[in-house]
Amino acid sequence: MRTFLKVSKYFAAIFLAIFFAFPLVFMVVSSLKPDFNLLQDTGSYRAFLPVGPISFDNYQGVFDRIPFFMFVMNSLIVATITTVLGLIVNSMMGFVLARMSFRGKNPIFAIIISTLILPFEVMAIPLLYLMVNLPVISFDGGFHITKGLFNNYQVQIIPFIASAVSIFLFMQYFKTLPKELDEAARVDGASWFMIYRKIAMPLAGPAIGTVAILTFLPMWNSYIWPVMTVQDERYRPIMVGLQYFYVNFGTAWGQIMAYLTLLTIPVVILFLSMQRFFVNSIATTGVKG
Amino acid sequence: MPALALIVGFIVLPVTVGLGLAFTNAQLLSPTAPAFTGLSNFSTLLGVATTTLNAEKNPDGTFVKDENGEIVYENLRDRTREGSKYPNLVGKSEVKRFGEDKAEGTIKILLAGDPSFWRSLTNTIFFALVVVPIQGGFALLLALLVNSKLKGRNFFRTIYFIPTVTSMVVISMLWRFIYQNDGLLNKSISNVDSEYQPIDWLSNPKTAMYAIIFMSIWQAVGYHMIIWLGGLQTIPAELYEAVRMDGASAWHEFRYVTLPGLRHTFIFILITITIAALGLFIQVSILTNGGPLDATTTLVHQAFTKGYGRQQIGYGSAISFVFFALVLIISLIQRVLTRKLED
Repeated sequence: MRTFLKVSKYFAAIFLAIFFAFPLVFMVVSSLKPDFNLLQDTGSYRAFLPVGPISFDNYQGVFDRIPFFMFVMNSLIVATITTVLGLIVNSMMGFVLARMSFRGKNPIFAIIISTLILPFEVMAIPLLYLMVNLPVISFDGGFHITKGLFNNYQVQIIPFIASAVSIFLFMQYFKTLPKELDEAARVDGASWFMIYRKIAMPLAGPAIGTVAILTFLPMWNSYIWPVMTVQDERYRPIMVGLQYFYVNFGTAWGQIMAYLTLLTIPVVILFLSMQRFFVNSIATTGVKG
Repeated sequence: MPALALIVGFIVLPVTVGLGLAFTNAQLLSPTAPAFTGLSNFSTLLGVATTTLNAEKNPDGTFVKDENGEIVYENLRDRTREGSKYPNLVGKSEVKRFGEDKAEGTIKILLAGDPSFWRSLTNTIFFALVVVPIQGGFALLLALLVNSKLKGRNFFRTIYFIPTVTSMVVISMLWRFIYQNDGLLNKSISNVDSEYQPIDWLSNPKTAMYAIIFMSIWQAVGYHMIIWLGGLQTIPAELYEAVRMDGASAWHEFRYVTLPGLRHTFIFILITITIAALGLFIQVSILTNGGPLDATTTLVHQAFTKGYGRQQIGYGSAISFVFFALVLIISLIQRVLTRKLED
């Protein structure tokens, strides 16, 4: 009985592993096949094996069809800047809420917490309206005030810097640091900013890792917002590039699979190398409920 | 402080502006300033009415019938067009005919200001009602599996979790291929069963929603597995040892130690899956774009279609507002539940 249970458990675990992995295996394998073989192999075990005429032609096709590296750079720029600015801004706010006491702290805390439950979808439409009507000061020899923030990096970055979840994670983390640390520093005459920079932040490694993942990944994956706000190819991020393949739908599946593979591999590598932070990020957001 | 400014600027402000816009006729790119239109967006959105049509009569008093022998009724357009004798029906469209009385020659008609909105509301709620229990339960099973003494459990946990880190856009494209007429699913079934007629899963109003549900669960279940796992690991090992000393069975152990220990995790999972399910959008926009015949449209999809696609920001905001109200209600329920548990 015990061994039967044990065997069926392994059986279930392996079956589930196949269940969760098969589309991704299919994606990678298909990206190496010409369209004809790709479609022909569908429906047999061959769909999951790199058999037949294998080549990187589909990848070459992707690079020929779209400015791939420009899109990657755009996504990297947007995601990295958002992550870095988000880390600075949100950690400061978290520090303030965890350590300092001042008038109006409670209402501020309440505002931040109440935004925790707001899904982005609620704000997207009004936010789009705001962005389109926002006065922008630009400088090109002289100052100009133009209406509307779109078709650039800023519109992809600014709305996503501040995040209630990140503030909350930093606040929780700073609260676990012993108060004696900063009390000692206060006695030595250190300013709050010095304590934040020299004591709190160097100790905040795990929180920084978690927040970085929580910011970077959604930014790399972002799709709907750039579709709405970025029509200019020069600022287009990587996910939106997928639209270039809709045109010949059904004819270029091999290239689509190659593109999907290129989009996914970096994320999977990031995940595998930083799994601890991923799991941590979910576990800690889980505590908030 | 900069964080507060940003939060106010990009979260609080849009929500407030959105609330305001919901009462206007604002357009996305329009030279004219938005005008206040009161509750008109909401009355279009939420407005429903019924009316009774009479049969057309022949000169001899019998009912007019079409070639199939069905009774022909008055034209509904005469009542819904501008300036008709029925002001409450103007601008509404037919949702459904019901209660036909063949002897009297009358039929009742249900009309709505925006039938797509009602369809999206019922679709969204249906999606949540199906996904929440299945995904929550499935995730718990996975968590129990990778939490048990199993060789290579870290490997299995990693595999189960990978779909959640993959972009929803990528996943949706992949499943589009799986579901299409000559795709992976149909061809695999044909291989096993030669009689099988391929189903175009995403173009069939009967199957499209289920196809999206299945894919959504497949994608997100790993995330909630990790949350359950976090909950499982907070249960003190001594508790298990104690009941084992008393000779409890595996089922008793689960029922009297594991489940009570997971109460808080349970509420958290319930709420996060519900809110995520109510926000269903990206899958729909890539797989079906709400079709066929609104069979898979959702609240957020409607908000984007109207607000961005048709540039009716005011109207789109009104739909977002309804979505927001739903989310708010769910979070309030969470509050109450959590309090009850703590007592």
